[in-house]
Amino acid sequence: MNDVQRKLMQPSAATKQDRRGKIISLICIVFILILTVSLIGFIAVRGLATFFTNHVSLREFFFSSAWNPGQLGKNGQPQVGAAAMITASFAVTLLSAILATPFAVAVALYMTELAPKRGARLLQPVIELLVGIPSVVYGFIGLIVVVPAIRTLFGGTGFGVLAGSLVLFVMILPTITSLTIDSLKQVPDYYRSASLALGATRWQTIYKVILRAALPGILTAVVFGMARAFGEALAVQMVIGNAALMPTSLVTPTATLTSQLTSQMGDTIMGTLPNNALWSLALVLLLMSVIFNVLIKWIGKRGEMQK
Amino acid sequence: MKKSTNVTAQRNNRWALLGIKAMVGVVVLILIALLGDILITGLPHVSWHFLTSPSKDFGAGGGIANQLFNSIYILVLTLLISCPIALGAGIYLSEFARPNFLTSVIRTIIEVLSSLPSIVIGLFGYLILVIKFQFDFSIFSGAIAVMLVNLPLLTRNTEEALHAVPQTQREAGWALGLSKWRTISRIILPAAIPGLVTGVILSAGRIFGEAAALIYTAGQSAPLISYTNWNPFSPTSFLNPMRPAETLAVHIWKLNTDGITPDATQISSGASAVLIIVILIIILGSRWLGSYLYRKMGGTKS
Repeated sequence: MNDVQRKLMQPSAATKQDRRGKIISLICIVFILILTVSLIGFIAVRGLATFFTNHVSLREFFFSSAWNPGQLGKNGQPQVGAAAMITASFAVTLLSAILATPFAVAVALYMTELAPKRGARLLQPVIELLVGIPSVVYGFIGLIVVVPAIRTLFGGTGFGVLAGSLVLFVMILPTITSLTIDSLKQVPDYYRSASLALGATRWQTIYKVILRAALPGILTAVVFGMARAFGEALAVQMVIGNAALMPTSLVTPTATLTSQLTSQMGDTIMGTLPNNALWSLALVLLLMSVIFNVLIKWIGKRGEMQK
Repeated sequence: MKKSTNVTAQRNNRWALLGIKAMVGVVVLILIALLGDILITGLPHVSWHFLTSPSKDFGAGGGIANQLFNSIYILVLTLLISCPIALGAGIYLSEFARPNFLTSVIRTIIEVLSSLPSIVIGLFGYLILVIKFQFDFSIFSGAIAVMLVNLPLLTRNTEEALHAVPQTQREAGWALGLSKWRTISRIILPAAIPGLVTGVILSAGRIFGEAAALIYTAGQSAPLISYTNWNPFSPTSFLNPMRPAETLAVHIWKLNTDGITPDATQISSGASAVLIIVILIIILGSRWLGSYLYRKMGGTKS
């Protein structure tokens, strides 16, 4: 009797299996969380060493454009000014987003509003292929096609913000497009019907109704594209010129945060100031990607409230 | 008066729609020009010799054999590690996670990881694996770094694939007295297989072209390896996961930034063409396999 009772009171085989399954899947997710948190932690510790161990002032880091951490400047302090890289990063990001957004919105409108069936069948593979092409290939094309073209058109070396933006333009185009498509698809069909019933032309419907209703989604798409452009390393590094100088025009060689990290990290010794300064650049990149994330969340919330 | 605004509206409409079509045309042209350029300049350099001979640092006429193998090795290793973890995490998020504060924190953290630039993830791998744990520049370090790039995307994909399975299927399982876990493993997972497989294949394409996360983890050199040495612990064996391994994508980058190889441009165009063709096959393969599985596993009622 006792035996039977114990058997009945014990969790069944299925319950045990249930618990085991839940625990295993929980372990997987905790693993990812631990990795992410330690990633942020380790990069933060390394990146902050410039300020706490080497006592570089934040103001110099963000506002001076003299980058030469291996040598002392006129004031006897090492030159750790990241303003040039930060400016160049923002310049290529903004320029590529400005270039890509109209094209992305046009493609998305064509695929959802103008020719939903044919457009989608034709352009979906185009978007997938553009996403699939690896960044080094974009960089390589930029190096052998875009840079020489800029050199002949505008003079100079051809390397610089313009070349970087043009390469990034193609790279972030599919990102912005596919997210814009998602947000256009969420505009309810009765908006379109109502507008057309009022006698609006197709363009008026698109411009005055659909695009406005989808605006938060389109903004999110653009911020996603900007986040990708800001963090892209190799393609930009191949065409930006890699000189840590403040960009004075669109066609002078400069360096972005990512390109500086890519080209310098292997040449510095762990624990020295030049190395710590690079980790600070990585920390800026990390913080920016978090900021982009917050921005996306914020736009999403604002958009929800308007509906 | 009324008529004239109407005419203007009509004219604007025509021009605007024309403008949209023109911009779409430009985008299509860009893609055609890109692919055409890569394939036309690259394919003439691709030969059996190019694919099967090792690269040369200083002389012309090198191939990409080791880089190609390294890319495939890292791809396989990364998928082996990341698939089970992403599957588990995806199952948790889709089936177990309750809609509460903790879950939203988890989701946010995964989103942050997925939006981190891959160069930052590569540097983290460099800091932890290469320097702290002394794995050095190795296939293993590289695979872990790429796994970190891949995990959030694959997890999200798994979650979406599981989520797409109708709730009625779960209820049917529970109504039959199946436990939650059995419902997941015997009903939900099989039903989600087309979506899961498509996601894994697409992530394979991303891993194959990844370079930023690898330059400081898998290294930028491809030492000579022997394809007859099957002992994974020997430093010259092709199976040894602890040897430095430059992948195809890293090779293209390296050739164009250091520039000591005389025929760097030719080799890069050839290597780019190979890279693009592999990725084309992967994309087409995922479409085909996805729809094949969908048909076979009873996506349509028969």
